Amino acid sequence: MAGVSRQQYATCTKLIRVMCSGRVDLKHVLRAFSNGADGVFIGGCHFNECHYITDGNFGALGMVLLFKKIMEHIGVNPERLRLENLSAGEGIRFAEIMNDFNKKVMELGPLGEGEGIEENALKSRLEAVTNLVPYIRLVERERLRIPLKSEEVYHEFFTSDEFNRVFNETIAEKLAISQIISILREGPQTTGEIAKVLGLTPSEISRHLNSSSRQRFVRYDEGLKRYALA
Amino acid sequence: MEELLLKEKIRQLINKRGSCDFGDVMVVGGGISGIQAALDLGTAGFKVYLVDKAPTIGGHMAQLDKTFPTNDCSMCIESPKFTECARHPNIEIMTYTELDSLEGVAGDFTVTLVKKPRYIDAAKCTGCTVCAEYCPVVYPDQFNQDISKNKAIHIYFAQATPLKPYIDESCFYLKDKTCTACLGVCKTGAIDFKQKPEKVEVKVGAIVLAPGFEPFDPKLNGDYGYGKFENVVTSMDYERLLCATGPYEGEILRASDKKHPHKIAWIHCVGSRQVIPGGNSYCSAVCCTYTQKQVILTKDHDAEAECTIFHNDIRSYGKDFERFYQRAENLPGIRFIRSYVTIGREIPESKNVTIRYSTVDDGVKEEEFDMVVLSVGLNPPKSMSELASKLGIELNAHGFCKTNPFNPMETTRPGVFISGAFQGPVDIPESVVTASGAGSQCGEILNYRRGNLSTARVYPPERDVSQEEPKVGVYVCHCGANIGRIVNVPEAVEYAKTLPNVVHSDENLFICSTEAAAMLAKDIQEKGLNRVVVAACTPRTHEPLFRDTLREAGINQYYYDMANIREHCSWVHSKEKEAATKKAKEIIRMAVARACNLEPLQEFDLSVNKAALVLGGGVAGMTSALSIANQGHEVYLVEKDTELGGMARRIHYTLEGADVQAYLRELIRKVYQHQLIHVYTGATITEASGFVGNFVTVVKSKRGIAEIKHGAAVIATGAELYQPTEYLYGEDERVMTHLELEEQIATGNEKVVNAESVVMIQCVGCRNENRNYCSRICCSESIKNALKLKEKNPGMEVYILFRDIRTYGFKEDYYREAASKDVRFIRYEPDDQPLVEAGESDEGKPVLKVTVTDPILGKKLEIDADAVALAAAVIPSADRNNIAGLFKVSLGPDEFFQEAHVKLRPVDFGAEGVYLCGTAHYPKLISETISQAYGAAGRVLTLLANDTVVASGSVCGVDENKCVSCGACITVCEYGAIEFYNSPQGRKARVNPVLCKGDGLCNTKCPTEAITLRHYNNEELFSQIDAAFAEL
Repeated sequence: MAGVSRQQYATCTKLIRVMCSGRVDLKHVLRAFSNGADGVFIGGCHFNECHYITDGNFGALGMVLLFKKIMEHIGVNPERLRLENLSAGEGIRFAEIMNDFNKKVMELGPLGEGEGIEENALKSRLEAVTNLVPYIRLVERERLRIPLKSEEVYHEFFTSDEFNRVFNETIAEKLAISQIISILREGPQTTGEIAKVLGLTPSEISRHLNSSSRQRFVRYDEGLKRYALA
Repeated sequence: MEELLLKEKIRQLINKRGSCDFGDVMVVGGGISGIQAALDLGTAGFKVYLVDKAPTIGGHMAQLDKTFPTNDCSMCIESPKFTECARHPNIEIMTYTELDSLEGVAGDFTVTLVKKPRYIDAAKCTGCTVCAEYCPVVYPDQFNQDISKNKAIHIYFAQATPLKPYIDESCFYLKDKTCTACLGVCKTGAIDFKQKPEKVEVKVGAIVLAPGFEPFDPKLNGDYGYGKFENVVTSMDYERLLCATGPYEGEILRASDKKHPHKIAWIHCVGSRQVIPGGNSYCSAVCCTYTQKQVILTKDHDAEAECTIFHNDIRSYGKDFERFYQRAENLPGIRFIRSYVTIGREIPESKNVTIRYSTVDDGVKEEEFDMVVLSVGLNPPKSMSELASKLGIELNAHGFCKTNPFNPMETTRPGVFISGAFQGPVDIPESVVTASGAGSQCGEILNYRRGNLSTARVYPPERDVSQEEPKVGVYVCHCGANIGRIVNVPEAVEYAKTLPNVVHSDENLFICSTEAAAMLAKDIQEKGLNRVVVAACTPRTHEPLFRDTLREAGINQYYYDMANIREHCSWVHSKEKEAATKKAKEIIRMAVARACNLEPLQEFDLSVNKAALVLGGGVAGMTSALSIANQGHEVYLVEKDTELGGMARRIHYTLEGADVQAYLRELIRKVYQHQLIHVYTGATITEASGFVGNFVTVVKSKRGIAEIKHGAAVIATGAELYQPTEYLYGEDERVMTHLELEEQIATGNEKVVNAESVVMIQCVGCRNENRNYCSRICCSESIKNALKLKEKNPGMEVYILFRDIRTYGFKEDYYREAASKDVRFIRYEPDDQPLVEAGESDEGKPVLKVTVTDPILGKKLEIDADAVALAAAVIPSADRNNIAGLFKVSLGPDEFFQEAHVKLRPVDFGAEGVYLCGTAHYPKLISETISQAYGAAGRVLTLLANDTVVASGSVCGVDENKCVSCGACITVCEYGAIEFYNSPQGRKARVNPVLCKGDGLCNTKCPTEAITLRHYNNEELFSQIDAAFAEL
């Protein structure tokens, strides 16, 4: 209806049609950010007004809330991703949201630059998350699936200690290790060097390095005084 | 043999007359009801003429902003049906055409129509509307309720079908030949002032009249200051004010100063429930709820708005209406005031309007409002009496159509049926239901000729291009000036040519025109294109057209993609031409990238089993079964009770006085005597499987276990009556339900008929926390009983203790009659319910003492009653969950069965091939049940009349090599479309493409990406994402 009612909005938006917001995958969002998108918007139906019977918009909500957490974790501003529920009739609102989101993204600046992350570091972080998508899907199904379709319950859960705990134990852990391994693939590094690329503290890095050493993924090269792949 | 002769005869007739004036059914009126009737009949194999006197189809629904109780955008849900009608091979739309006369008999009618001159040659007109820009005549826009202005030559509204302008009487040329501006600017020479009214004769077998209604015009009576005070508007005006395509583009503005009104009042029952000259005595049935809708939408527009609703009874009698009412009532700044009102005066400085009203607590008050909205009722369609005499049908006392009390779609002339608001004030779902129902009844009388005039499209065989490199053709549309004025189209065409795999690119003024489509098809063949991108408007309306063009050119229709550079570009960036051109190029680039990755998909035909299963042998089930069987289909009618009849066995007469038992006996006889209906009584369903067109249901009955194969199922399992625990029910035999009272009256129980005093208590077991809905029928039921008691014993004192009397529609007349016969109506509040106790009268007679607060006197009244009748709630049937599970259909919040769409698919389920009617859907009266039953039958026929049903190609598929049988996809598929099967490589997920609806949720859950939604797979979506960020 935005078109039909000639509501003007920012020209930098480009729309991709999917049949249900539930079809939008982590990989699509990652692909966009990897391509340098400064913001990603997902529009879904209003909750409990699913045009299918699957309530896929709750699927989208879960994905977005989880991905925002991941963004935060890798140092990308989660406000670069926005989900809104709106019906085909809400053209005015759509235009308002587009303009508002555009304004927000402009404030945040270009992706990476706005956050103060180097281009390569950002690339490797997004790559690491992309590689982890199958694992994230498993965790989502086993530990993060909410049976109740309620917006409040979703928001409550994704801000809960329980969620943070599961996130840290699973996705954050794997992410750090896979990033460390991909960094070490390019040559031995010190804890500090790794910490800088990952955007984590040196102590967090040593914890991951210790557990990875135990699992014989990495080893400490005494001669180089650096960690290397085992 | 006979059939062959008939076919030949019809063919000869067609040849003799030419195909343009011979059809099966004529639908008169192109509002939502007429549209639905035409679509159902067309799909069920009949050639339909859809006639509308307006320049477009759409009717009043097109004018509404939103529809209650879901607040769906009215135009958004209706306009796809316009396109569907326009593209339907069996529907011929005739707009700007009026009915002149009707001769003949059912099966052989001759209709004379008058086509009014549009002064436009529709074949030449491309709908570019340049003419309207240059037209100097500014004239009140009828579509916008005369609030804003339009031109003498204009398209009625943006989605009009046909999308062709017309010239109205305000044109200078038509008046005195002083202007020919439009002639000069029309590039195709489509304007033709020589057109004259044209008489056309059409032969059809049946007629469906769907002329709709006319909003009550308060100007005629001079009431409420309408037409005198600028800031008094009707609810229809207000719909347009609310609407984004309305006079102020969705801003609610006052006529006097174009400012936002902040304090708005609504006045209910304007032109309804008024026994005064110029008023209507009946209730218009829709105004309470549409007012609540307008209040909710007003608060959406302006959260601070103060809304006051002056009302009589609030009639929230429909499905989910009660909740909707509560939603409106609970908004901040909302006052519902029960009071009659008069309009006071207009304040000269502010143009505000005052309203005088009175409440019990405060007495008479006068209050000022920024704007006053009159909730106007529904009048019969304009000049109906004249039309009725032309048609040879009778009207009722209110000027609506006179119909059979047991068949609200049947007129007094055989072969002429009605649908929609012509039967009396009804809402959209009822209009849609009766449309399908009237369609079904046309089918019953014309079944012998079904399919004879219908046409199916034939396409050439598909060229296999899977081994070819992508060769993309890109067509950029100017859309008249809609795109071309903003986006530099030639530049976009040149850019498209530079994109990988693009072998041809061209521009067109209107790519959707018939000539352009032919050119496109020619290019596909001559230039060897194997992918097509059209950069134009929205796929929602135009994708089917271009897909069809691809099919005609022998290319798989899924090799098509649409770049929407109108809705997503020129219209929304109209002030930034350069940026818009850049964006248009980007959108085209994305579409081309996607097109290269598209796969050919097959839509497949599923065979349809021609039998139907009807679940429930009450009035709904039997009516539906008969209508289906009368159209040549085998019907299995399954009833859990040992007898047919359902709840109607307990009902003896209707409010209008019709004999229900006689009707029921006749209905049961017809069912048992019908050769195609197989009745199973005392039956239960043990298993149900399959999908649209191919269900298998196992029925257990005295006759043993039967496995029934059927293509469609109708759920008509009815409802039950609440067993009250209140008011001494079950403890004192003088307390009974309203149905028990009816039984007592019918059998002439002396104790009841000769009672001195009877009290009826309304809303027992519903409109409370446990059941937050109104049972719809109880007010009519109690008034019916009250009138019957008064008829048998005029001296009897009858009291009805109520919360709101909900005698919607013509039932209002009986409410008035009861009041005039001294039935005493006393309103009680839910927090101050009546009290019933056993006691003695002053004379020492044992009575039931009923205590209730009189709201007018404000004190307790004690009534001595010989009997108390409780209006017990209608509650969902006990086996609802079982049935819902078996047929994979859902229940609503009150646990009645949930239809696919409240407004436009009222008897369909989300699950295809399963339909709904009767009180299983929601409490309703017998006449409404019958409408719905015919409606469901009509919908069943749209399926069973065809040999196959087409399933979309955009469904999910599983790559078994990647499937790890984790079941993640299965857990999220509510359609139950995915299941495990044992492949040679072990257990794998498999998609039943018939059940898959293509939402793609499963794709995001599969850890190995084994399941993909075709046409929206990752490669396609990734290519679009990547292309979005490429450099120009």
